[in-house]
Amino acid sequence: MILTSLIILLISIVAGVFGSLLGLGGGIIVIPMLTLLLGVNIKYAIGASIVSVIATSSGAAVTYVRDKITNLRIGMFLEIATTTGALTGAFIAGLISSKYLYIIFGLLLLYSAFTMLKKRNEELPEGVVSQPIAKKLKLEGSYYDKVLKKEIKYNVTGVNKGFGMMYIAGVISGLLGIGSGIFKVMAMDLFMRLPMKVSTATSNFMIGVTAAASAGVYLVRGNIDPKIAGPVALGVLIGATLGTKIMTNMKSTTIRKIFIPVLAYVSIEMLLKGLGV
Amino acid sequence: MEDKKNQNEKIENMEIIISKTLRAGVLLSALIILIGLILFFATKSSGYPANTYPTSVVAIIKGLISLKPYAIIMTGLLVLILTPVFRVGVSIITFFQEKDYMYVYITSAVFIILIFSFLLGKVE
Repeated sequence: MILTSLIILLISIVAGVFGSLLGLGGGIIVIPMLTLLLGVNIKYAIGASIVSVIATSSGAAVTYVRDKITNLRIGMFLEIATTTGALTGAFIAGLISSKYLYIIFGLLLLYSAFTMLKKRNEELPEGVVSQPIAKKLKLEGSYYDKVLKKEIKYNVTGVNKGFGMMYIAGVISGLLGIGSGIFKVMAMDLFMRLPMKVSTATSNFMIGVTAAASAGVYLVRGNIDPKIAGPVALGVLIGATLGTKIMTNMKSTTIRKIFIPVLAYVSIEMLLKGLGV
Repeated sequence: MEDKKNQNEKIENMEIIISKTLRAGVLLSALIILIGLILFFATKSSGYPANTYPTSVVAIIKGLISLKPYAIIMTGLLVLILTPVFRVGVSIITFFQEKDYMYVYITSAVFIILIFSFLLGKVE
């Protein structure tokens, strides 16, 4: 019993480190590890994952908000779309079997691996002109990059597309119990053209709020089992604290290159399980 | 110039306030969960029949009063789940102090949706 808890704790520390590094929330690691390694039912794994997403978010936000890497205005503005989406997702989640959840999850991970592969050499976005609506909403910002050793000022575009993508991100979050950080980072990175670190830190800030929006539903449904979710929360909090220290001192291109093979591997594992191979 | 400097200072204050609020919430929840887990392993009892645990706020609080290990862990998890909600609440106040009314509305909308979804969870 104690051994299982320690294994969960260790897995969760790793999840917290990677989750906070990439703005993904630990769920993307916690769910496959719990189900594949420990044989935990996906129902409880999803509950633990919601907890891990919130833990990653709050644990990492302590540092990212203080260091001004998180853009609070962008986070709050987009959060309207995500929380509404999360509510939609949480209510249709009970209607889908775990077999399909595995397949959806596998495809989701595989897709994000390809997205990351394409952007592996980009350190900072260039030639971005702010949309008028971005100026009106005061979305532009700046942060101090410890690696580049300078203040990075950035503009914001693609506000409408980003907003739409965030609603979808919210639905996925409610549906699968993950913070769908990949979609959030993708929307901010691809459409709104924010610097990678701002995207991941802001995503990190948001995923917790989105997950909290559906956590109540999962708690009442009995998805949150204390002997699983407890060690997950502790481990992820420790991991997220470590992860923020690593992230601020790392090039975003390096972070991407470490994570792509991990994502690809886990996605194939999940797909095989979903297909019953 | 002076105005701009003031505004920057305010934003900085806001970020520090939110960061500190978060740290307090996170540390509190971690501590409660840790106590619950230690108690669970020390007493080898969850305080509940096999494979069951409290799944409503009322049940968690009842269990907490009688110091059942699972209820203590769930209390810590509940505090953790509430930190983002709390974070949004604090942001409304700080945007208000900055007189940034557009973001007072935006953040309030997020807060209302959050509360709404918590209530929906209860009703189900």
